[in-house]
Amino acid sequence: MQDFTLAVLVQNKFGVLNRVTSLFRRRRFNIASLTVSETESPDYSRITVSSTGEDVMKNQLMDQLYKLSEVVSITELDSETISCELLLIKMRNTPETREDIRAAAEAFGALTVDYTRDAMMFRVTDDSHRIDRFIELMRDYTILEICRTGIVALERGSKTIIQNDMK
Amino acid sequence: MLLSGADIIVKTLIEQDCDVVFGYPGGQIIHVYDSLYKYQDQLRHVLAAHEQGAVHAADGYARATGKVGVVIATSGPGATNLVTGIATAYLDSIPLVAITGNVFSSQLGSDSFQEIDITGITLPITKHNYVVGSADELHDVIREAFTIAKSGRPGPVLIDVPKDIQIGKAEVEFSCAVQPTPQQAAKDIRISEAAECINACQRPYIYFGGGMISGGAQSEMLRLAELIDAPIGCSFMGLSGIPTDTPGFLGMQGMHGHYASSMAMHKADCIIAMGVRFNDRVTGNRAKFVRGAKIVHIDIDGAELSKTVTAHHGLRGEIKLTLEKLLPLIKESKKPEWRSAVQNIVAEEHANADTREGMTPKNVLELLNGYLGAKTPVATDVGQHQMWAAQYIRFQDTLRFISNGGLGTMGFGMGAAIGAAIGTGERSVLVTGDGSFGMCLNEMATAVHENVPLVVLIMNNGVLGMVRQWQTLFFDGHYSNTVLDRKTDFVKLAEAFGAKGARAATMEELEDAFKAAFSCDGPFVIDCLIEKDEFVLPMLPPGGSMDDIIVKLGD
Repeated sequence: MQDFTLAVLVQNKFGVLNRVTSLFRRRRFNIASLTVSETESPDYSRITVSSTGEDVMKNQLMDQLYKLSEVVSITELDSETISCELLLIKMRNTPETREDIRAAAEAFGALTVDYTRDAMMFRVTDDSHRIDRFIELMRDYTILEICRTGIVALERGSKTIIQNDMK
Repeated sequence: MLLSGADIIVKTLIEQDCDVVFGYPGGQIIHVYDSLYKYQDQLRHVLAAHEQGAVHAADGYARATGKVGVVIATSGPGATNLVTGIATAYLDSIPLVAITGNVFSSQLGSDSFQEIDITGITLPITKHNYVVGSADELHDVIREAFTIAKSGRPGPVLIDVPKDIQIGKAEVEFSCAVQPTPQQAAKDIRISEAAECINACQRPYIYFGGGMISGGAQSEMLRLAELIDAPIGCSFMGLSGIPTDTPGFLGMQGMHGHYASSMAMHKADCIIAMGVRFNDRVTGNRAKFVRGAKIVHIDIDGAELSKTVTAHHGLRGEIKLTLEKLLPLIKESKKPEWRSAVQNIVAEEHANADTREGMTPKNVLELLNGYLGAKTPVATDVGQHQMWAAQYIRFQDTLRFISNGGLGTMGFGMGAAIGAAIGTGERSVLVTGDGSFGMCLNEMATAVHENVPLVVLIMNNGVLGMVRQWQTLFFDGHYSNTVLDRKTDFVKLAEAFGAKGARAATMEELEDAFKAAFSCDGPFVIDCLIEKDEFVLPMLPPGGSMDDIIVKLGD
């Protein structure tokens, strides 16, 4: 089993996200994170998918995705990739826990984006593992709410996904 | 020229060399039907009794001709009635274009009368589908749909056309029919690795499916078999891919396949598979399936390689082109030991052959064989009769076996046999059971109206035989809801539809019935009475392996 992340360039058409997620559902692919965004071109959207599985499963996922008419290109994002995720986390604010929470937040480079008498909110932009660790740390206190974006990632250097067009 | 959307649809179908479409009118497709009326001298429309019959007919047309089948239906229930047929075509990779009407674009999403999200419903069972957004894009969308349907691994495409798009006008320049997207051979390095593997093996077995047929790779495959002295077997979908009497051909393997074909595959040390997908009816218990054999798997769809069974050499590419590159790398070698081992297995199969007299499935179908021309399409439904047909019908030409393997759709046969007859201009035969026939027998009305030469052979055992067989073997004879005990008189039923019919309880009566049926202009129904406890054998129990094969009852 290995973690992997795929960048999938798709035509920016109505319903394309539904096609991709419908494929994951019916073929029983377990997806850890999925983000969709606009790209440098209005013709394309970019889907970043991360999952865990054997090579066979990863290859199936890529091969099945390629069969969708609207999939233009797929790139597996390896170590030569800049990858990050955004977390918003809302903690209960009490006099007893306040200092410990703020110390941890500072250690993780979290930005305080909201602060009230009974709650505080942090924003963390980092790789998924560090975000996981920060959340784990926060479990010692009272987490009110979490929202995270899923991974966005780009390859280093001048190479782009459009150059990987296998179709 | 400036045309309405409805006219563009019909004219584009004509542009795509479509000569016949199957369908059923309705409120949200009425404009297209008006155009069909206008262009009726250029495009024949066959009115089915039910949209399911229409889509199966389009499917049967496609299977028998190799062309794209076209079905037209209205919105809502018209569209949902297509679903089983589209799924049937999807599982068997049949090129099909389904055109559905829908409510005005402005009403989409508001639960209007007969509005349904048919693109949402058919998302997992089409290669692609569309909701057309304007009359301007109709021509391109239909052309793209035909391209997708017949390119690479074929399959169904659905186009949903809201009513305002059918009414709206657009400028269109028509040209000629689209060609399938050119495909490539597998990578050279993969081919040479596979060649090494094939050259090193002692007991090769060539295994083909529907993909070999749609890829038209018969002569290359037979050349390979000759070079390496390999027996050939096929999947259910491979039937009629090569003539039944081809030397070295052992027939279908799998759950109800020929013993020799399954056993030769089991004993092989190298399986060269092409255009197959190793589904569960083929492999049984995958952990015990062809242990020790190297698998060379060629398929145009890379997602089939190692999907269920690990391919040691997965060759993604067009089968014919790949074999053309592979053949020069293959060393000719004779394998007398393997050949004689296979001959022994075939002798074992012959020793266990059913030699009973009377109305056995084998005798019925062997008698039928005598009436089949080289070009006669033989359709089936699903169940015991289908497996008997797969085992005993002899084929001389390709694209003659019109039967659904993937979805297992009872009720497929009536529509499919009509579509196959209309597509080929040949008399077609439907081998069916009393259960399957009961599902879509309304299409008898279509066959009579269109005066389709069609012989319907109902292997009538009064039970749902395949389920009953499982109940006998695995459920202690608890015949839960499989004894039909209906009072339907199929001969009178045929007559009520305006067709002819005869009942056959003996081989002599059957002979007379065949003589009458094969000289009849239109449809003819034969109610052929067989025993309810006839079994399909051999049988690999579900999830079993070759060690568990049941060759004869009492094994």
